[in-house]
Parts: sequence; structure tokens; C-alpha cells
Amino acid sequence: MAVAARQESTRQAILAAVTSPVADRLRTLRGPVAPRRHNARTIAALTANPGCDRRAVLDAAGVDKVLLAEQVGHPARFGQSPFAISRGVTFESGLKADGHRALLAAVRERLGLAEGPAAVLDLGRSEAAQLSNEERHERTRQALSRADVAVIDHPMLRVEVAGQPVYLEPDLVAARLDGQLRVVEIKSFPIIDGRADQAKVAAAAMQAAVYVLALRQLHRQLGRPAADVSADVLLVCPRDFGNQPAVAVLDTRRQVAVLSRQLARMTRIADLLDRLPEGLSFDLALDADGVSTRPAGELAGALAATSARYVPECRASCELALHCRTEARGSTGALGASVREALGGAADVATALALAEGRVKPGPHEQESARLLRHAARLRAEALA
Amino acid sequence: MSVLVALARAQAAASGFAQPVATVRHVRLHPRPLVFVPLALAGEAHAPLAALVGEDRDAPRLLLVAQPRDRSRRLAFAAELADIVLPYLDARRGDVEIIPVDRGREIRQRYLDAPQLVVPNPAGMEFVRLLGRWLRFRRVDGEHPAPPQVPRLGCWLTFLADRAELPGSSLLVALTEALGTHWATGQSVVEDAHLASLVAWIDPPEGRTGAGAAAATEDPSVCPPAGPATDPDFDRVVLAPLIADHSRAATDAARTAVERRLADVLRAQLEPTWQSVWQALDLLRALPEAASTSERWAHDRDAFSDYAAHLDAGGAPQPRHDSAVAAAARLHRLERAAAAFERQRAYDDPMVMAEHRLTGEAFAGLVTLAAPDRVDDSGRRPVLRPRIMVRSDDPIPPAVGATLGSPARRAQKARVVSVDGADILLELSGGMGRGLSAPEGSVPAVGERVVYTTVVDAFAPSATFPPVDQTPWTHGGPPAPPSEPAAGALAVGGQG
Repeated sequence: MAVAARQESTRQAILAAVTSPVADRLRTLRGPVAPRRHNARTIAALTANPGCDRRAVLDAAGVDKVLLAEQVGHPARFGQSPFAISRGVTFESGLKADGHRALLAAVRERLGLAEGPAAVLDLGRSEAAQLSNEERHERTRQALSRADVAVIDHPMLRVEVAGQPVYLEPDLVAARLDGQLRVVEIKSFPIIDGRADQAKVAAAAMQAAVYVLALRQLHRQLGRPAADVSADVLLVCPRDFGNQPAVAVLDTRRQVAVLSRQLARMTRIADLLDRLPEGLSFDLALDADGVSTRPAGELAGALAATSARYVPECRASCELALHCRTEARGSTGALGASVREALGGAADVATALALAEGRVKPGPHEQESARLLRHAARLRAEALA
Repeated sequence: MSVLVALARAQAAASGFAQPVATVRHVRLHPRPLVFVPLALAGEAHAPLAALVGEDRDAPRLLLVAQPRDRSRRLAFAAELADIVLPYLDARRGDVEIIPVDRGREIRQRYLDAPQLVVPNPAGMEFVRLLGRWLRFRRVDGEHPAPPQVPRLGCWLTFLADRAELPGSSLLVALTEALGTHWATGQSVVEDAHLASLVAWIDPPEGRTGAGAAAATEDPSVCPPAGPATDPDFDRVVLAPLIADHSRAATDAARTAVERRLADVLRAQLEPTWQSVWQALDLLRALPEAASTSERWAHDRDAFSDYAAHLDAGGAPQPRHDSAVAAAARLHRLERAAAAFERQRAYDDPMVMAEHRLTGEAFAGLVTLAAPDRVDDSGRRPVLRPRIMVRSDDPIPPAVGATLGSPARRAQKARVVSVDGADILLELSGGMGRGLSAPEGSVPAVGERVVYTTVVDAFAPSATFPPVDQTPWTHGGPPAPPSEPAAGALAVGGQG
């Protein structure tokens, strides 16, 4: 009974979200296709460059940015090597073989817990995988409320992005071995002598934070304290050069806070939409073969109607980065935030150089930086003479 | 980023050509460097796939691992590499010079030469570090015996990778870093990480702009990445099918045929980077060498000589972790080297000094008055203390009482006596002999253009550290005897 009531309330919430004026507007932006599904990686990427309106709008509308970037002539280069994929699969299946034996042993040892049996529920198994997202999410809820399930593999989680419920099928394990529910994230990059690639660790921490957030929301719905979900994430990686697991504890409190802030900002997407021209659309007008028939110039024009804030770091996370970089040519931001800052915040290269060479009169707020730039230009000329 | 470098980047962006940010070369270039361009298999912790290596630009050796996941084939790669690297290192151990230590009470020897390993980028350095880490603990007996030269190669590669952390060292050079400290491009540091792109900005083909030539290097199908990571599309379309063919090959002849094809495609991936590396070396070589480079190279030769002696004496490989004492000593060394390198760069290079002038840590000007034979007899003994007046247009004057140094007279110190607008009065000491009159030229004359800076060699003796068995409790106390850390006892710190 309670389950049915909850399902109904979920349905209502979804209905409300998809019939709101904002949802209408986002649908227009996207065109008559299903929205791109978010995953932890794309949600984590929302925290990169939060000041970019273009990205906020496109992500909220669920526009297929990969296709969009291709169509405007700047395809993204985010290929993953088949070797990396198969390595990840091998490592993970080794850990999960035989009822997750190796994984549990490593996690228990890290947490200082005694060996013992643990009930493992895998929602990614073929029969469970047939279910709809909602049903699998409901199963995850049920499993979390059961005391006898210690480990849930492939849970289906949900977070709200821009007022829309987004289902996440994380490749993760939620484990409750010592009273606290913990996110266990398996990655295939190595931890060698206790050190790992910092960029990869940071990305893993941000993704794990998405799961922590989603699990906490779920816990709240179940009437449990959110703090029961630990922000200390267990990262499981190959140790040194072999296949044995190394378990590291990542404190994701900062990432969880950043994400919550960013997701809260996305719910104010309505303000951003109000600033866009009426009828703006990124409809790719796909033909029967899934090929876009919308002219590239038209799409580039539509993109130009949204304001982007390109920084070089975009290239690591955004499919449209190369398009935005082309657009941003001549801006100081395209050279990097530190360059822009060092140039006194001048927005474009031509202005900075004109100030440095004394060809324009600085504005009232530019006096100080213009003096510095002129001095710098003089010193450079002197050193090169 | 300093304002000066940012301005150079803006100028490069506007002109389409890289702009110099150094007037001299601050890295030592060996007449015969050993160039190493490695590729690794994606996804693995450390699986060498191929490498071009050699001292001769026209004859690189291609090393290849047809089955990169196969440990014995990886070891064979390491053995082949050792057969190139170790003779190269040994050939640097020729003549020695005698250095007196402890005021001549003792002497030590140092080789006149040292090795230089050149890789395309910092990721190449990391490859060297990981290869060293993987190899130096290999056993030459037991279940999976490694060829005897392999652990020795591991020790040497670890030595080189460790040494590369030291600012100003030139034993292991990553070219994107070396070029980046001498030229500014009109793109961001993200794009600068690609060696071919950086080289294109600095030295584009005839008739093209740097920006245009750099843009052409961004397509991995035209210009493969400089490694060690390969292009994922290359992996999918070319490499994976060939490796699969190799696994399926039933006969030796079939295997050899696949290996030949693998060699061809991998050489094609490596060749453009090999060319970029030598082009980058040419560009750097064309710059005049900075004065202090040979002093830093002497330290590199010291380190090389010491480590060679350590290995000759059967010394143990570097530990997996530094002890607390060793870590503190290493940090101290790195900090001192960083400060010394920064100072030497400023003294050697007016362009670097200009950065200090911009921030008020240095000024330039003309000598307007000079009292070269001024003697201060207020103390017990009269001493020579010439004074000069410098008129400077630089906006930020030095603080009264500050101690300054000058690139033109490195043994001399100047103290700021007073500042009156643009007029700065300095009192000089040192670098003038022992008499009470200054030798010709040891004191700046009226009309000479001088530069003074607060960046000085503030002599501080090396810190002393306790022996390892007396590690204080604040640093965990004396470490337990070395043992393999328990599984899972590892943590990753400092994320974000």
C-alpha cells in the first residue's frame, strides 16, 4: 500500500515537472526527440564552469551535444580506447565474481571489519535490467529499507536536474557494512605506492559525490537521516601494477556541497530561459537514419544566441568546447583564466594590447591595470632590444 | 602567470607567432642527448607498447611490445631498452675532475660528463618514473626472473625521474616544459601540452602562421598525439585488430608478419613526434646558453657521479616511500634548488629580470653620481664602502635598508641608503678586493646603466636532519623495518 502511494506521488512529481512552462520551453529547445540522459559523469561535469549559460541551457534541455557539435563542424574528441574499456571490465568482474567476494574482502579490510557473510542484491542482473527505470528505482528503495541487504549493486538512483528527474544507473555498489551506507566506486586506474593520478581521483570523487547526493535524497524520502549516507567514499582501484584491489577513502564533502549548489542553480533555469529569444531551438531535425538535416549555419546562429563562457578547461568536459573555442578566438579567456587575470581582466586580446601600447585611453576602472600593462610592454621591448 | 608572460601570449595571439619570454637558454643541452619517445597501452597501469629511442636523429631504434599485456614481453622490452640506455649512461663515465671538499681536507671525484634523457612531455617523464618503479624491484632469480640489466635500468630511470623534480636540473628534460619557459604561444597551456602544436607556433613551415600550423596539428589522424597515451581511434581501428591478429596467429611466420605490420603502424604514430623532438632541440640550441647553466650542470654531474658510485657499491634500489627524514631532506633540497634557479634565471636573463622589475623586486637606472673610493672609518677598522646614486624610471622604488644584488657584479652587495623620488642612493660592499681603493670597473661609473634586485643569494647553510633512527615523534618516530604494506592500507590524499 505504502509502495503504491509512493509510486503515485513520484508519478505526480514527474507529471508536474514535464508539464510546466519551463518543460515546454526546454522541449522547444530540444526539438521532438527524447532528452539526452544524464549520467554521473555529465552531472559531475555541470560543476565545471558553472558560469556558462549556454551549457546550463543545453544540459537542462537535454540537447544531444555530441551531435550538435558534429553538425556545427567541431566534433568533440572524447573517444575511449577499447583497451581501457576492456581493462575496466576485467578488473571489475574479478572483484564481483563469486558474490562480490574480493570486493567485500578488500572493503572490509580497509574499514577494519571482520569477515562474514553479506547479502548482495544485484539490480543490474538481466531480469532486473528488463524493468523500467521507475521500477528499478523503486526496488532500490525497497532494498535500502530492508535491514538484511548489506550490499546493493547497480542501484537505480534519481536526482533532479533543472527540475527534471534524472535516473542514474551508476556502476557502483552501495554497501552497509558498519551501520553507514557507503558508496563504493570501482575505477581501473592504478594506485601505485599510495599515489594515483590526481585528475582521475578528482573526477572519481566528483562522480561519487553525485551518488552520495542521490542516496541521501533517497534516505530522506525513507524518513532516515541523510547523514547515514557517508560522504567518505570508498575508491577501489588496482594496486600497483597488478590486479589486486587497493581501497582508498575519499572525503567528498566538498564535492557534495559544490554539486548541491550547482543543482540548486539549475532549478533556476527559468531565468536563463527568459533571456533567450522566442522560438530558439536546437532541433537537429534528424532524418530516418539519425542524421541531422538542420543547416550548420542555422545551428551555429542558435548557439550564438546563448552566451557561453569558454575557458580552456572546457575541453576536458564539454562536447561543444571546440565550437566555443572558435567563437572565443581573440578573447583573453581563451588563453586561460590566469592570462586574462594577469592582463587586468581585459576581455579581448586587442583591447589588452591597445592598453599596453597606449593606443587607447583607459576607462576609469582600467587606470591601474593599464599602467601596469604599459610598463610591462616597455620592459618587454627593452629586454628584447 | 606573470603580467609579462601574459602580455607575450596576447602578442602571440595577435601576431599568430610565438613570442620569446627568455633571451637565453636556461636548460643545458647535451651534445648527444638520448631521445626517448614512448607509447603505452591505454587502460593498463603501465604497459609499454612501443618507443623510438636513440642518439641519432636519422636512425631511431623502434622497440615494440606485440602483446602489451604479457608480462614477459614487457620485460623483454625493458631488457632491450636497458641495452640502449645503460651503455649510453656508461659512456658518460669517462674523465673525472677532482673537487676539494671540506676546505681541501678531502677530495671527491666527479665525471666531466653526465647523461641527458629527452622526452616529449611531462607525461613522458611520468612514463620514465613508472617504468623505473616497475623495474627496480624486479628479481633476477625466482619465479619470473628478469634479465640482470633490468633492475639496474629501473634504478637509473628512477634516479632520472627523481632528479627531474629538481628545478633547473637537465638530466631528464621534457620538451614542452623547456619550450614553454622560453616562448609564449597565442593559445592556452592546455593546447601547449601538445608538442607538435607548440613547435608549430614557434617554428611554422615557410609561408604559414604559427597559429595556422598549430591548428593543423590538432587532428590526431593527421598529427598523432605525442604519447605516451595513444589516440583512442587509432587503438580501435588499427591497433586492437592487429593485436588480436597477433594473438590468433598460429605460426611463427604469421606472427612475424603481424609484428611487421604492428611495427609499421606504430612507427608511423611515433615518427612525427620524433621529428618534433629534434626540431624542438634545434630551436632551443639556437638560443645562447645562460651563464648559470654550467653551475647547475655541475650539480647534475655530482648527482650522476654519486649515484653511479652508489650502484657500483651494490647499493639498494630507491625505496617505495621516502622515510620522514628523507622526505624532509628532499623537500629542503627542492626548495633551495627552486630559489637558486629563480635567482640564477633573473641574473642571467634580462627578460626574467624584467618580471622582477614589474613587481618592484628590481629596478634599472643610470648611475648619476659615484664615490668609488669612499671609506667608512666609523668602525674599528676602516672599510671600503663606495656609494653610487642611481636614477630609475621604474615605478616601485626599493625599501631603504634593503640588500640588493646586481647581475653585472654578482659578488657585490648594495644596501639602499636613501630614496628620494627617482634617485636611489646605494652603498656597495664586496667584490672589490681587500684594499681601500676600488679596482677599475669594480664600482659602476657615472653614466653606466645598472640593474639591482632584492632577489639575492641570502646564504643559508643547509639544514641538518637527524639520522633515520632518531626520527622525532612529531614525524612518526623511527620507522619500522621495511616490509610490504598490507593490502588496502593505501590512501589517496589531496584530491581536487
